[in-house]
Amino acid sequence: MVRWLPLAPATVLLLLFLAGPIGYCVWIAFTDTQLTGASGSSFVGFDNFRRAFADGDFRNAVLLTLVFTFLSSIVGQNTLGLALAGLMRAASRPVRTVTGALVIASWVLPEIVAAFLLYAFFRREGTLNMILGWLHLPSQNWLFTLPILAVSFANVWRGTAFSMLIYSAALSGIPQEIGEAAAVDGASGPRRLWHVTLPMIRRSIGTNLMLNTLSTLSVFGLIWAMTRGGPGNRSQTLPVFMYDQAFVNSLIGYGTAVALLLLLVGALFSVVYLRLMKVEV
Amino acid sequence: MRPTAPLILAAAATVLTAGSLTACSSGSGSDPDTVKVAYNRSTDNKIRFKDEHFQSVKEQFEKEHPGKKVELLPIQAPDNDYATKAQQMMRSPRTAPDLVYEDTFRISSDIEAGYLRPLDPYLAKWDSWDRFVDTAKEAAKARDGRTYGVPDGTDTRGLWFNKEIFARAGLPAGWQPKNWDEVLDAARTVKQKVPGVIPLNVYTGKGPGEAAVMQGFEMLLYGTGADPLYDTTAKKWVAGGQGFKDALAFVETVYGEKLGPDPSDALDPNIGTKVATEWFPEGKLAISLDGSWMGQNWINGGPRAWPEWETALGQAPMPTQHGRAPGKVSMSGGWAWAIPRKAKNPDLAWEFIKTLQTAENAVRWDVVGAQIAVREDVARDPEYLKSMPGITFFTALVGHTHYRPALPVYPQVSTAIGEAMEKVTTGDGSPESAAKEYDEQLRTIVGDAVVGG
Repeated sequence: MVRWLPLAPATVLLLLFLAGPIGYCVWIAFTDTQLTGASGSSFVGFDNFRRAFADGDFRNAVLLTLVFTFLSSIVGQNTLGLALAGLMRAASRPVRTVTGALVIASWVLPEIVAAFLLYAFFRREGTLNMILGWLHLPSQNWLFTLPILAVSFANVWRGTAFSMLIYSAALSGIPQEIGEAAAVDGASGPRRLWHVTLPMIRRSIGTNLMLNTLSTLSVFGLIWAMTRGGPGNRSQTLPVFMYDQAFVNSLIGYGTAVALLLLLVGALFSVVYLRLMKVEV
Repeated sequence: MRPTAPLILAAAATVLTAGSLTACSSGSGSDPDTVKVAYNRSTDNKIRFKDEHFQSVKEQFEKEHPGKKVELLPIQAPDNDYATKAQQMMRSPRTAPDLVYEDTFRISSDIEAGYLRPLDPYLAKWDSWDRFVDTAKEAAKARDGRTYGVPDGTDTRGLWFNKEIFARAGLPAGWQPKNWDEVLDAARTVKQKVPGVIPLNVYTGKGPGEAAVMQGFEMLLYGTGADPLYDTTAKKWVAGGQGFKDALAFVETVYGEKLGPDPSDALDPNIGTKVATEWFPEGKLAISLDGSWMGQNWINGGPRAWPEWETALGQAPMPTQHGRAPGKVSMSGGWAWAIPRKAKNPDLAWEFIKTLQTAENAVRWDVVGAQIAVREDVARDPEYLKSMPGITFFTALVGHTHYRPALPVYPQVSTAIGEAMEKVTTGDGSPESAAKEYDEQLRTIVGDAVVGG
């Protein structure tokens, strides 16, 4: 009992500011609360969730969220981060410094600034098309034709630094002798990577995947500023869908239910990583 | 899994839920001598006529009421976001303004939510109320028969066209299309004879929001028959019937035949600013289905001075689909001043409304805001009548105008229409499939209160 006392203030604060709002959100998700148009709200059970699963736009949002997460986090940030970390170990100091500074700069930028930068890069009269024009290549209009690809690219550009730092730390923890021994035994580069390096940094990979996935699942500002989830609903991931329902259609209850479902998606990913990668948390 | 894992998951949960659904509040004390006025500031930093007008009324009010203060709370955001922010402010007495500027199409929704207080006791003692035209008095009247807002102007809509481009295309300077086909034919002629200009702009999609639904879709829909959106006698919403599909087909034709702006421009929330400050003045746009207030962008002190607009542009009424009587169609909206239920100083707020609506201020607001008058005395005022070329044209449309269904669910229905428009604009769906999806959404929104479909 006495041992718990020092923890009591922190526990109370956690309950008040963490568990409290979450509990309130869970409650709201089971009501038909609206921001406007109805004065009262009542308990409606699982109606909001039933509505979500019957809603084509919700299914579209789930699909796009998975595409966005897979492309930008699992494939993009993760492999690019590992590749950069690996290459930078072999590079000379000035190259390392410059590359590191550039990659980290894009990560340090506030989300909204990065979003506008990439919007200016991708838009029809934007930087990318100017460069393509100089090279006499056909122009693109990804923000309109393939918006989910454009925002995925934006997220890779912005979030790779995090993976790079984690993998740099992980790789520097591998003793040189192990790699040399494998080389003496005649293992080629790719085999050394697959059989020696990756297993040794397995835990870092798991941790990185988990953190990346969770932060990518909840990306809102980047997509909102670049496409607003449009055109149509071609880049409407779950957080954008949630915002649209809660604040554009004023359906706070439904929006919160979607938020809980998003939480569920995040939890599923986390459980998979915990099981597969034996991540230590 | 270590025992800390649930904590990490809980932290993620907070980020995903609580973090994304909390509203920030503009902290405000409750000073009994200060009236807090929330209004929407234009997202275009060059458009400040509204701020300047309210500022001058504030100074006037403070001079006339010694010891009282007015605190203007401009909210700079697109209309949708402004409404959301205002609703959040009105939820709590700590943040509720004393006076809020409301778009009349949302007001019934906010009345239903219990955000506003009835103004009848104040109106009963106010002589000027009799000068308001009946339709304007109805604009902020709820189903309980009480009035919740004082409108300060209205608007009408029609076709604006560039006479210079028309001359080059061999079209008449006195163009008056009789039906939809003549509008499309003129656009096709422009496309053929004057390459490089945008023939016809019809606002569309979720980005422009209500601007697309009202200026674009409803200007078409209300030309297809009587009560095409909401059946007032049956008190039911009309599911996407033939008129609905025809209006969508018109939008599809405009964008499918490349008669309109590039879809990526058309779906941009800021297209309205582009039309007014770039495309029209630079002679890049031939026809726009647009509002009576367009001129305010080009007059002195507007965001884009363009003195030639008076001679360069012509106006024509939007025709009905096949020229059915009365042959022209217009939609009207407008904004109103309302007092939140949780306002701390309602009486002082009412005093400020009275100052806003003195005869001189009412005229000046309609002039600087390029509004169509809602008061008989303003409509007769010589300063108002000569304030803007075309004002007589747009004031005359009031006789053929329609108002949106003043019902709490209208904003949601509007969103559904915006989505249907966006689908046919991007080519993601046909008018039939978009109308079908609209029907499904309509049933979700209003339950059984639907006819047809």
